[in-house]
Amino acid sequence: MKTTLLILMVLTMLYACGGGQTVPSDAVVASTSDLNANSSYDPERGEGKFTNVEVPSAINEKLAHAGTKVYEVKCSPCHKLSEEKLVGPGWKGVTERFKPEWIMNFVTNTDAMLNKDPKAQAQLEICLVRMPNQNVSDEDARNVYEFMRKNDSKK
Amino acid sequence: MKNLNFKQGLLFLVTLVFTMASCKPKNANNTISADAAAKVYVAPGKYDEFYNFVSGGFSGQMSAYGLPSGRLLRVIPVFSVDPEKGYGFSEETKPMLNTSHGFVPWDDLHHVQLSKTNGDYDGKWVFGNANNTPRVARIDLKTFRTAEIIELPNSAGNHSSPFLTENTEYVVAGTRFSVPPDDVNGDVPINTYKKNFKGTLSFISVKKEDGKMELAFQIECPGFNFDLSRAGKGVSHGWFFFSCYNTEQANTLLEVNASQKDKDFILAVNWKKAEEYLKAGKGKKKTVRYAHNTYNEKTHTATSEIKTEVIVLDSKELKDLCYFIPCPKSPHGCDVSPTGEYIVGSGKLAAVIPVFGFNKMLKTIQAKDFIGSLEGIPVLKYESVLYGEVKKPGLGPLHTEFDNKGNAYTSFFVSSEVVKWNIKDLKVLDRVPTYYSVGHLTVAGGDTKTPNGKYLVAYNKITKDRYLPTGPELSQSAQLYDISGDKMQLILDFPTIGEPHYAQIAPADLIKNNSTKFYKLDENKHKYASIGEGATKVVREGKNVHVYMTAIRSHFSPDNIEGIRLGDDVYFHVTNLEQDWDVPHGFGIKGAANAELLIMPGETQTLKWTPDRVGMVPIYCTDFCSALHQEMQGYVRVSPAGSNVPLSYSLGTNMPKTEGEEKSEGKDKK
Repeated sequence: MKTTLLILMVLTMLYACGGGQTVPSDAVVASTSDLNANSSYDPERGEGKFTNVEVPSAINEKLAHAGTKVYEVKCSPCHKLSEEKLVGPGWKGVTERFKPEWIMNFVTNTDAMLNKDPKAQAQLEICLVRMPNQNVSDEDARNVYEFMRKNDSKK
Repeated sequence: MKNLNFKQGLLFLVTLVFTMASCKPKNANNTISADAAAKVYVAPGKYDEFYNFVSGGFSGQMSAYGLPSGRLLRVIPVFSVDPEKGYGFSEETKPMLNTSHGFVPWDDLHHVQLSKTNGDYDGKWVFGNANNTPRVARIDLKTFRTAEIIELPNSAGNHSSPFLTENTEYVVAGTRFSVPPDDVNGDVPINTYKKNFKGTLSFISVKKEDGKMELAFQIECPGFNFDLSRAGKGVSHGWFFFSCYNTEQANTLLEVNASQKDKDFILAVNWKKAEEYLKAGKGKKKTVRYAHNTYNEKTHTATSEIKTEVIVLDSKELKDLCYFIPCPKSPHGCDVSPTGEYIVGSGKLAAVIPVFGFNKMLKTIQAKDFIGSLEGIPVLKYESVLYGEVKKPGLGPLHTEFDNKGNAYTSFFVSSEVVKWNIKDLKVLDRVPTYYSVGHLTVAGGDTKTPNGKYLVAYNKITKDRYLPTGPELSQSAQLYDISGDKMQLILDFPTIGEPHYAQIAPADLIKNNSTKFYKLDENKHKYASIGEGATKVVREGKNVHVYMTAIRSHFSPDNIEGIRLGDDVYFHVTNLEQDWDVPHGFGIKGAANAELLIMPGETQTLKWTPDRVGMVPIYCTDFCSALHQEMQGYVRVSPAGSNVPLSYSLGTNMPKTEGEEKSEGKDKK
């Protein structure tokens, strides 16, 4: 009620003074998106460009080697190869817990996933540091995934 | 609901301003129009339409504002050290401030110029001048960082700078103080001014592809004070115009003694002719010393080179190179209309604004319609070059810029106003007060071939009662005017850093999409970079200790270092391993006698630290980087000179292994 009155008052003042400026149309602040609105979201796949990643059963050593190099520069400060958590969770078993699409989407579309994906958000609650977007290329995302597979294949 | 509240607030604000302004016209702010608030309102999260690059005057820096909001976006360190950004303190940036006098930590930046192609801004670079120790700087608009600084020999007080030609062929630098040239003995009696002092105009070439500057040539001129300049454009492309005062050649009490003559000059320089003379070998090589400093984005490191030679053309001997146009009363501004046909001189003490015609000038030269010559330079007949005078425009005209409708806007210091007049008929159309005492003004694109004509900003010398008082020292200010209609409308005041002199306004679209977001790690060629934590180490080279360190949310690697001794110089080479926009890390160490480092993603920067006492010295990240930023810290142990504590470093372990073992235990764990 108060609100309506205020608007009325303002409008009356504008009118009384002989015209005025309306609010610029681009002044509207975008509301934050409703996280639960998108029912088509697939929590197994995550959000990003990877919809279906074909992974042969044998480890591709070449990809895994390239993945090691990416790991050393962009990932190792926060992720150990064991199960132990450092800044982020340890990588042991990660390929058993997540589908390749989810992992590759997460490392290439980090911020969007952290804002929406239930599993990523659950992990953030534990680690409290948002995983940095390290600008990993699509190719390197696949390489890193192969390196993770290789790491998980070790007993 | 939040949206609604926001809109209500805005409506209320607009109404309030409107009510105050319109319903009570006798209010003190009655020059503010009703819709001023809406015109300058840029909603949270929205971008401004223009970038405004503003000189920082005696701060030595340049600032970037958004228009129409007047929001300060960034202070770009140029000629003065900036501890906040580590500029001039990190080992990599120190060479940027090297000069023939050694390291100079301060200067006075007066004018800015955006690079041009075909007479319009191209959004690549912005140039600034150092007024005290003569230099010109180039700032890269991809990074908003100073990329290059070149010093100017045979100069003192580089005021008439860094004005540039319509394709950025040259940036010029005219000396404000005439001085004895650098290659002669300057230890002369001051009363020999007329004999021994010379004025020099420097032409710095700019490479089209990468902006690289070279001191192409200088023109030696009579010992006057060269004040401001503008390049010809369109029809007058190939010429440069320099205002000069103190043609009396006084060396004391210039306030009186340099104001004796009824007319001083605008010097017209045919720089295409200068190029011909240069090619024909008419220049003389002079031995000088000047620094040329370049920042390399791949090595993240600046280098400074001292150069020792410059080619000088003599205006006295070389015909058809220079002409004097008489101009009333100590001309200051010297501005060229969008077509290039009209040259507007603004005598600081004159009651008229003379407008010269370029084609009339050419005809006057052709007809040899001279009234004499001065030190070998022909003096053209005033009346023959004059297109007309703007009569009774105001008091103390300084600078003129142009819009897209054939109008000019001149600032008046003494009468504290901006006056709009028509270039063709020279009639005054409108005048608005400034608060107070305007110096420079700028119109969006106002010195280009195609001005935008939407906004004008006046840069004022005095603010007095315009803002909340802050003791005896007050900020200077800018005032934004809407000039899209017939009448100019003041719509915003905003304070500035340092003293704003000249500024320019460019459309945001020209620049914003090219902004560098971070430096790629795989392109980092810094000598001491650590690409990945696996590359971190600590190396002793005699008394010098090099720490190869990385930073990532939220730890340094290594974060424990032992074995530093008194007498050591420690170099922390910190590489930021982040690869995302807006994630800098900072680096501070207790007792450091210089500053912090602020390291952009993918960048390597170095802080030199000389410990002064034995003990444990904390290091920490200074730029809030994550929820665990406060945990981003470490320790350096300093032992007495000659101590046998071994050099060691570690991360994630309390039992560091000693030097010689490849990796610490913490790393092995991974």
